[in-house]
Amino acid sequence: MAETVSIKPGPALAAATKAGIEPRGAKPRRTLSGRNIMLYGTLAVAALYYLLPLYVMVVTSLKGMPEIRLGNIFSPPLEVTFEPWAKAWATACTGLNCDGLSRGFWNSVRITVPSTLISILVASVNGYALANWKFKGADLFFTILIVGAFIPYQVMIYPIVIVLRELGIYGTLTGLIIVHTIFGMPILTLLFRNYFSSLPEELFKAARIDGAGFWQIYFRIMLPMSLPIFVVAMILQITGIWNDFLFGVVFTRPEYYPMTVQLNNIVNSVQGVKEYNVNMAATLLTGAVPLIVYFVSGRLFVRGIAAGAVKG
Amino acid sequence: MTGQAHTGRPSKLLRNLSSKIASIPMMLTAVVIFLGGTVWTVIYSFTNSKLLPRAKFVGFDQYERLWSAPRWIVSIENLAIYGIFTLIFSLVVGFLLAALMDQKIRFENTFRTIFLYPFALSFIVTGLVWQWILNPEFGVQSVVRSLGWTSFTFDPLYNSDIVIYGVLIAGLWQGTGLVMCLLLAGLRGIDEDIWKAARVDGIPMWKTYLFIVIPMMRPVFITTLVIIASGIVKVYDLVVAQTSGGPGISSEVPAKYVYDYMFQAQNLGQGFAASTMMLLTVAIIIIPWAYLEFGGRKRG
Repeated sequence: MAETVSIKPGPALAAATKAGIEPRGAKPRRTLSGRNIMLYGTLAVAALYYLLPLYVMVVTSLKGMPEIRLGNIFSPPLEVTFEPWAKAWATACTGLNCDGLSRGFWNSVRITVPSTLISILVASVNGYALANWKFKGADLFFTILIVGAFIPYQVMIYPIVIVLRELGIYGTLTGLIIVHTIFGMPILTLLFRNYFSSLPEELFKAARIDGAGFWQIYFRIMLPMSLPIFVVAMILQITGIWNDFLFGVVFTRPEYYPMTVQLNNIVNSVQGVKEYNVNMAATLLTGAVPLIVYFVSGRLFVRGIAAGAVKG
Repeated sequence: MTGQAHTGRPSKLLRNLSSKIASIPMMLTAVVIFLGGTVWTVIYSFTNSKLLPRAKFVGFDQYERLWSAPRWIVSIENLAIYGIFTLIFSLVVGFLLAALMDQKIRFENTFRTIFLYPFALSFIVTGLVWQWILNPEFGVQSVVRSLGWTSFTFDPLYNSDIVIYGVLIAGLWQGTGLVMCLLLAGLRGIDEDIWKAARVDGIPMWKTYLFIVIPMMRPVFITTLVIIASGIVKVYDLVVAQTSGGPGISSEVPAKYVYDYMFQAQNLGQGFAASTMMLLTVAIIIIPWAYLEFGGRKRG
């Protein structure tokens, strides 16, 4: 590979500088070099682009409508008003209902909390069974489950509608919670299976020798040892379920619509004057829950999506 | 992978019974919903179901109707444009950002937090924000005009020729952070010695990336590609929020076609046929990947 491997004195310069030129001695790397300016400059510009929409949302939501009509969307508000926020929360209209986003918010809470808990409970037990109590044929079911994660939801929606209708829970919150549990299952089961498999096997064996059974080992050993992965799963599910739109529209009646659906109805309603400040306040309110989860959880969120991403 | 050791014990049947009972939700989901539901939809795509599913088979009629519907053709074209550009841009931009982040920079966590936060937001929120920013009356267009360039035109959401690019901008903003994160993890998996060796040999950095690091990251790239691609096929909420498919039908996508025909137009057969085409698209993406990943022994 190398024709002339010359041992240079001093640390290697940034690899981009041409090799072959006479060594110029040691050069400290942490300086205001052109390379660093380029590097941080590019990152800063990219960061600005990513932050811009959030900034525009906040700024718009704090302006009055006259100011929006006159000014430009990037300028900070001359007069800060929280009225759009109050209106978005309590009095914005969707169709005939004028009780604001608060209804959607509470619906989303009533959907997200049980869906998250149930889906995690079910999937963690599945993962545990697959990792420690594998039975004949278990892998087949698991494979179908993982392959199913790639099937577009649209393919399975209608059969689920039929099943739920037969069970008499189509259009109810219960139905939607079941749907979230079903579609959360592939990723979560994979997550838990991999995690439980990575735990030392001796622990499991010791518990078996001591006479502990399936549920005992799960509740006394696996669960307490796996809190981090449960937190990761919770982050994954809370953001995912809160952000869901399709299932909310398909599987619930209007009075149970989650926040995302209601938000879309408020902003994209055709009647009335468009109040952009209220719309942006409503958008921010809907985005607030996953954003808070994201900023609070930090690295765990990254771990969650990395785990979710490495399917199969 | 562990656990095989536990099978084959004397009291296996009784003990594994609880395991089997505990796995009932998984078995039901896998068999009834994922397998059964998919097969059911494919079968019923050959019927002329309207308001309710009816097992009256009409061969490929629904597919013929589908492929002669202008709206479906527009949907497919949009998906193709959106898909190709999303793949190219999110991989290129995602990789560039990941490469920059991998230079042992300071504030790495801050930058990552900024690049990734859009991914925590829903497509509805994403679509609505960009609908506002791209609003010609108040958004980017009017701001540039107010700076003196009065003939400046940038109204993708109101121009049916370029509306899908408006959706693309929003989609990229939401998703590139994830790609960056995945590729950064891949870069971190490259052995430090590779870099040292390249440096000793005097290979320029860009060449090292292009000819050594990227080929080494092939598995990561393929996984990322599959994730992006299966996300593209599902794109729905973003379009609903940002454009509702308009102006006219110019930003329609297949997933929206399916929903509208199943739940609004009450033409189930069309919806089933369209969703089966979506399934086919995903299969075309997934099967070669699964074959590469799990089929052959020679893994890169």
